[in-house]
Amino acid sequence: MKKILIPLAMVVVLALVPFIGVQYLGMSYLFGVIIPYAAVALFVAGFFYRMVDWLGRPVPYNITSTCGQEQSLEWIKQDSIESPSKPWHAAVRVLMEVFLFRSLFRNNKAELRKGPDLVYGSAKWLWLGGLVFHWSLLVIVLRHARFFFVMTPGFADSLEQMDSFFDITLPAFYLTDALVLSAITFLFVRRVTDAKMRIISLPTDYFPLFLLGGIVGAGVLMRYIAKVDVMPVKDQMLRLMSFSFEPPGEIGTLFYVHLFLVCVLLLYFPFSKLVHMGAIFLSPTRTMLNNSREKMHVNPWRKPMRIRTYGEYEDDYREKMKKAKLPIEKE
Amino acid sequence: MSKYLQKQADLQKEFDEKPSSLKGDYAQKEWWEMPVEFREGNFCFPAKPEVIEELGFPNPRKWSVTEEDWQLPEGWQKTLMEGMRERIKKYRSLKLYLDSCVRCGACADKCHFFLGTGDPKNMPVLRAELVRSVYRGDFPVVEKILKGFAGSRRLTKEVLREWYMYFYQCTECRRCSVFCPMGIDTAEITIMVREILQLVGLNNNWILAPVANCNRTGNHLGIEPHTFVQNIESLVDDIEELTGVTVNPTFNRKGAEILFITPSGDVFGDPGVYTMMGYMLLFEHIGLDYTISTYASEGGNFGFFTSNDMMRKLNAKMYHEAERLGVKWILGGECGHMWRVVHQYMSTMNGPANFLEEPVSPITGTKFSNAKATKMVHIAEFTADLIHNNKLKLDPKRNDHLRTTFHDSCNVARGMGMFEEPRYVLRKVCNSFHEMPENTIREQTFCCGSGSGINAEENMTMRMKGGFPRANAVRHVREKHQVDSLVTICAIDRASLPPLMRYWNPGVSVYGLHELVGNALVMDGEKKRTEDLREDPMTGFDDKGDDVD
Repeated sequence: MKKILIPLAMVVVLALVPFIGVQYLGMSYLFGVIIPYAAVALFVAGFFYRMVDWLGRPVPYNITSTCGQEQSLEWIKQDSIESPSKPWHAAVRVLMEVFLFRSLFRNNKAELRKGPDLVYGSAKWLWLGGLVFHWSLLVIVLRHARFFFVMTPGFADSLEQMDSFFDITLPAFYLTDALVLSAITFLFVRRVTDAKMRIISLPTDYFPLFLLGGIVGAGVLMRYIAKVDVMPVKDQMLRLMSFSFEPPGEIGTLFYVHLFLVCVLLLYFPFSKLVHMGAIFLSPTRTMLNNSREKMHVNPWRKPMRIRTYGEYEDDYREKMKKAKLPIEKE
Repeated sequence: MSKYLQKQADLQKEFDEKPSSLKGDYAQKEWWEMPVEFREGNFCFPAKPEVIEELGFPNPRKWSVTEEDWQLPEGWQKTLMEGMRERIKKYRSLKLYLDSCVRCGACADKCHFFLGTGDPKNMPVLRAELVRSVYRGDFPVVEKILKGFAGSRRLTKEVLREWYMYFYQCTECRRCSVFCPMGIDTAEITIMVREILQLVGLNNNWILAPVANCNRTGNHLGIEPHTFVQNIESLVDDIEELTGVTVNPTFNRKGAEILFITPSGDVFGDPGVYTMMGYMLLFEHIGLDYTISTYASEGGNFGFFTSNDMMRKLNAKMYHEAERLGVKWILGGECGHMWRVVHQYMSTMNGPANFLEEPVSPITGTKFSNAKATKMVHIAEFTADLIHNNKLKLDPKRNDHLRTTFHDSCNVARGMGMFEEPRYVLRKVCNSFHEMPENTIREQTFCCGSGSGINAEENMTMRMKGGFPRANAVRHVREKHQVDSLVTICAIDRASLPPLMRYWNPGVSVYGLHELVGNALVMDGEKKRTEDLREDPMTGFDDKGDDVD
């Protein structure tokens, strides 16, 4: 329980900080200007650092995980995605991981029954939940573009139209809001109900879920319930986009809660498991080509090495080799 | 039965009492609070001091796993932490895989050791967390601010015991990496941790003794050149007695076209020797100009289970010998981890092999352009090509006494991607072939439970547990299709699956693919065949039978 309650308490406290700061201490400049700039700067620098750091480390061996038939004889059909031999094969493989969670789609569950007998069942819920979670977040982020540009970009407009397809509230209800909240709930529930998940989960697994829940929650409250006026919000975002340090206008406090939690997320991102967003593009088992017999892969830190040579071997066994009528190099 | 083996009935009871993949009640417990228990049958004996010394590895001494004092060298923590930092610098994979796990749990029930033991620390995610927790503690500033939050811990003796236990309960089979959405490969982590443990003298004799043998004599079994030759010659005699055909293998012969290298288990172990007989019959059948080396007389590479350098050192003999003998290319026998090393590491470690030529089958003229750089061809590819070009006279009815299924070996499956070639060959040499359930074959294949050097007798209970998912899949086809023969292309499988079958599925025998090829080959000048290479009677070929030949 402690590992769930601590991150939950952390998120609650983090949400209260800007609420108190703005509502009672009038620190809207800090929460509306300074922290957002700092968070974005640290996020960009941190994420960039992580990527450069990974990319700077050598990949000494070709360690493709081959999940399909290799390229071999002409008449045997190669599985070019799961056993890629050309760069575009691997590109498709990685992009399918990124956009469709291909490996997770394979997921199944093993159950031990009496007998003893192992039974494998379909288990696509994690795949579906994960996909909904990530895609909803992406759509939500993209449709926020309307706050950052004077003219709402075309893609954000069409995304918003699609997202508000179920026009049942005022302002229009976003499908992704519901989806992401359900997905967060699902991801949380499976961590606490499945005994295996309960054991492997750490506070750092719950924290981002709660944090995202808090961000989405504050956003939803702002939009549908508190109905925070969006124009000053957009003005403030445009000011930030133009690197202005002018103080923000009158904005509902709930907005500061939303914004501050986003800033925390940005800060937390590069130094936590959330960096998997970048890592997935670099995973050697997926990005490399299964052509290690066809083309020599170079290990940058390979050094010359002394081995036990044939000569030494023959020196040790010459008499025995002679007796066995084995050809020898030296008499 | 081995004293290190839990009685089948007891283990069965254990499974039945807790029919859940996760055994025990962990509601109130965290994994790092669970004790590590070394019991008879769940660990391998440490390497003998003289073996460690011969190899020049650190800290040779006599010690026992079950004793409190492991006689670790002064400053062992520092050695291990520095070893870890060094490898994190040298391998992007290690750093990336320590950083990017989201603990989604997709890998949890994919590990054969988890399915067989129900021990939470055998979930691949936790196996990696054993190291990750220490790695995270290696950032002191973050650790002080967020004490306990990130689940980090110090490298204590208890943690070290955990590492020693659970990184020798991983067979580097890579099944988890197939399911991981990040592509995290636990084998990478296991390989590194074993290499680090080596730095303070934590290892096992079942790995290091073969490594020392291989370095000295050329093969894991430590067979000296004259004995090696004698043994193959006795197989030649067996072949002659059975088939009336004389095969003529040559040894260390300069100027041969092809150097043939196979695991030494095929030369000395039962049932590997029958596979060796199959190879020799095949080569005789097609008149292949090949030679066998007594110096590079090992296809397998237990160095792979100790350290990167040792793997490279043992592997280097293949090219060294190929160059000395002046062959054109190398043909490799059936083996799992051998092919992981040959396919994914060899040219990087010891190439380029410019003294060799791009492999071309002298019989069919097929160019093996997929082996252009390494210049080493897998026997299943080679034979599949022969059959496809109608170069073999085969009578699959000679395997009618066997009802077969095929076990994909982990390394050949997930570290090479060879699925169709052996199946093609198998279908051509025998009439009865039934696949095991789809979640247990091809890229999802289960390990035999004894791979990566934990095939020791004293580790028997653990091996039977780890091999349970494989055995269970075999049982499935045994009940459904009366399968009685498990065919494989791996020498470790040939050594480890027979006891696994005896334990879980009595009546199922283990065969190498080329043993079945050898059975089916109709040789020039052969005598009337009534028995297979094991001297088991064939069906429909008895003396009075209606032999169609």
